[in-house]
Amino acid sequence: MSVKLSSAPQRLTIALGGEVDHHTAAAMRLEADAAIEAKLAPKVRLDFCDVTFMDSSGVGFVLGRYRLVSSYGGQVEVTGLEPRLYKMMRMAGLERFVTLRKKEGKSK
Amino acid sequence: MKPINEMKLQFQSHSVNEAFARAAVAAFAAQLDPHIEELADLKTAVSEAVTNCIVHAYPHSVGEITLRAQLFADGLVKVRVRDRGVGIPDIKQAMEPLFTTLGGERAGLGFAVMESFCDRVTVTSRVGKGTCVTLVRRFDGRDADG
Repeated sequence: MSVKLSSAPQRLTIALGGEVDHHTAAAMRLEADAAIEAKLAPKVRLDFCDVTFMDSSGVGFVLGRYRLVSSYGGQVEVTGLEPRLYKMMRMAGLERFVTLRKKEGKSK
Repeated sequence: MKPINEMKLQFQSHSVNEAFARAAVAAFAAQLDPHIEELADLKTAVSEAVTNCIVHAYPHSVGEITLRAQLFADGLVKVRVRDRGVGIPDIKQAMEPLFTTLGGERAGLGFAVMESFCDRVTVTSRVGKGTCVTLVRRFDGRDADG
């Protein structure tokens, strides 16, 4: 489990790595929320590019961050989604709240 | 039909065991030579079932979770996850997508994900006695894509 933070003038990027489940999401949430609250960036990007496993806890994670970011008027974008992760987030109807972007390229 | 192989695990409802349970089932089911995506489907479903035990069955205590996996010659995998926790008063409602008794960080998608990634999901439960979730998934195997 890893959380990497980087920021540009208007944007905070939170890159998750490893396995996202109910157990790991708890620690990810603490780190992510501390960064979000410190920066209050208009755009928050949650990057799942290095996530190797995710269950529905990942959907809960996105929903929770959406609630926090929208509370101060910011927007959330979710990037780097593998087809399986994209499918789960769509199934949850997350695209009504956040922008969902699939993982790019990677020809197979 | 009799399984060609079977294993049982018993572990405590600590959340760190979510990863242990799905990895153990995946390692065991790998002998059927599944496609990597099929194995990922099974891991996701097992993770949801075990998380339900940890979050819902034993909300204020640590209890035992029993997991049994059976493999069949035709590529079928059957995983049974059983707890002795609080039980589910209304299974139909519990299985509705987005239904959650917890709110907050839980998406209410556990059963929807299990159903989406398995061929069959069966739930039996008695309030105060516990819940048993059976996941059935057929692997077509690696040969499918050459």
